[in-house]
Amino acid sequence: MSAVVAALRRFPWILSYVAATLVWIGAIAYTGGEGAGAMLTTALSLAVFTVVVGVGQMFVITLGPGNIDLSLPANIGLASAVAMKTMDGLDSNVAQGLAAALGCGFAVGAANYLLIWALRIPPIIATLSASFIIHSIDIAYGRGLQIKPPPGFADFTNIQFAGIPLLAILVALFAILAGVALNLTVYGRSVLAIGQNARAARFAGVKVEPIRFATYAMCGALGGLDGALLAGYFRGANVDIGNEYQLLSIAVVVIGGASVAGGKANTPGVWGGALFLVLLQTMLNTYGVGAGLRLLLTGVIIVAIIAAAGGEMPGR
Amino acid sequence: MSSVALPRDNELRRGPDLRRLLRALLPAVSFALVLGAIAYLNPRVISYFGFTLMLNYAVPIALATVAQMFAMTCNDIDLSIGAFVGFVCCVAATYLNAAPLVGVAILLACVAAYAALGALIHLRSLPSIVVTLGMSFVWQGLAILLLPQPGGRAPVWLQTIMGYKPPYVPLPIVAAVIIAAVAWFGLMRTSYGAILRGAGGNATAIHRAGWSMLWARTTLFAFVGLFGVLSALALIGITRSADAHLGDGYTLLSIAGVILGGGEFVGGIVSPIGAVLGALTLTLASTQLLGFLRIPPDWQVAANGIILIIVLAARVAISRKGKA
Repeated sequence: MSAVVAALRRFPWILSYVAATLVWIGAIAYTGGEGAGAMLTTALSLAVFTVVVGVGQMFVITLGPGNIDLSLPANIGLASAVAMKTMDGLDSNVAQGLAAALGCGFAVGAANYLLIWALRIPPIIATLSASFIIHSIDIAYGRGLQIKPPPGFADFTNIQFAGIPLLAILVALFAILAGVALNLTVYGRSVLAIGQNARAARFAGVKVEPIRFATYAMCGALGGLDGALLAGYFRGANVDIGNEYQLLSIAVVVIGGASVAGGKANTPGVWGGALFLVLLQTMLNTYGVGAGLRLLLTGVIIVAIIAAAGGEMPGR
Repeated sequence: MSSVALPRDNELRRGPDLRRLLRALLPAVSFALVLGAIAYLNPRVISYFGFTLMLNYAVPIALATVAQMFAMTCNDIDLSIGAFVGFVCCVAATYLNAAPLVGVAILLACVAAYAALGALIHLRSLPSIVVTLGMSFVWQGLAILLLPQPGGRAPVWLQTIMGYKPPYVPLPIVAAVIIAAVAWFGLMRTSYGAILRGAGGNATAIHRAGWSMLWARTTLFAFVGLFGVLSALALIGITRSADAHLGDGYTLLSIAGVILGGGEFVGGIVSPIGAVLGALTLTLASTQLLGFLRIPPDWQVAANGIILIIVLAARVAISRKGKA
């Protein structure tokens, strides 16, 4: 028993996979095992979008208390429009479109950091103010034009091998890379050090401000990439396409076992948390639960999990 | 994390007073500037009916801002206030109208739920930002369950109150003064108000002095719930029918209002009068000023962000000037 507790303390992300498996079993128990594979395929394709922004948000949150990016929904919305306009429905422009989305997201992230740094305001207010402005730019820029993605790009976001979406494989590789970057590179170790104690990190020679800039800019760029991918998958850009990722990006970080107070992160948990949340929606859908009750139950379950996990992990 | 510089000797003697005065005046100055701009662009609106129309929606926004201020007093934030206002609007347009006693019971339960949330956040030392984000799903879900389609009807007495035309001074201004005065007296002039602010300033000191942090946070969150309910009642009195998404913009507006009014995220530094002024400024600037400047409504949301950034920049400039 104590071995289990010790393992959970070392690898808190195991819980998120256990929870994901439980809701999956809950869903297929209802259907009598029917569609179990299809459910996983759908869950993988949808979880991808949460993982991309979740990893960005995780790096930001790991920077320490108060660090958070609330501009992701607006960022995703704008980047989806920028990507679709740049691609202009032509397969030959896909690379430019992706680059434009990444650049757009990077610019948003850089602007977030500039506000935090220049005005010395808490990131929550800086990213919130920025999101007001980005949202307006998106409305004025997108103007209700539903630009379809190029057919080749839309197909690319939907390719599957034996039920496993190509995007899921790519994003799994990306998550592994992010995990390596977090634990084995100077950059990742610096992020963790800043999150544990920014002053101590500064005295130890960590270049705090450049690291923070890089982290916010990277989170922004990931939001931009996510916008382009979402527009491809859902066949069209949309101002509100990123709305649900405000909560999701933060929730997967917490459910995955990272500390909201910063300084402690883990990448596998982001995947586990994302799969759990998507499968939870699938389960509620198979039970035929209406939109209102689905929102209510999702909220209750998220609050319950966070409450059960507790803020300050003992013996950290 | 920004490092806090210790004040030097000469600053202790004269610097902070001037800075504090300038900072305290900032919300009033921003409000006066926006009002002045509107008066310059369209002098006819500076009248009894002009103010009634322009500031109609300022009443619910000011109440939501004061609610948010209570959460920020203990270094928390409520990202669910908008969804909560939407839910209470739905309750007001259905139960409160059809079965007033059940309606009142639901509203009291809402305030109790907020108090319980404050206790939960304290007992499990949870990040309020994540918990309230989760709660926003809960309130939104409940609102949609209650009122899947826009509709319902506000109780007549609420419509009467919000449509009341007091002599000489327009209703929104009377309401704003009352809201500011009540919140200011409660939080800034009573002894327990000082304890509540202390809970955000130095929790350890408050705890050592023998006060319960659990009670402080529970009380503050109960007030968040109470003012959230009042905000929704004022809103439904104006709109007359409800929609589960009626309060969606209020989360961002309320946070912006508190910050605009001179509140800080940490340290229990809040200003009830500033918060109400901040809410009035945002209402005027984001709807009226842009209309008179003929700026398309697309940019209304951006205006909120830009005003916020300008005021924060001014605040930084004042702090730096004080140091020089």
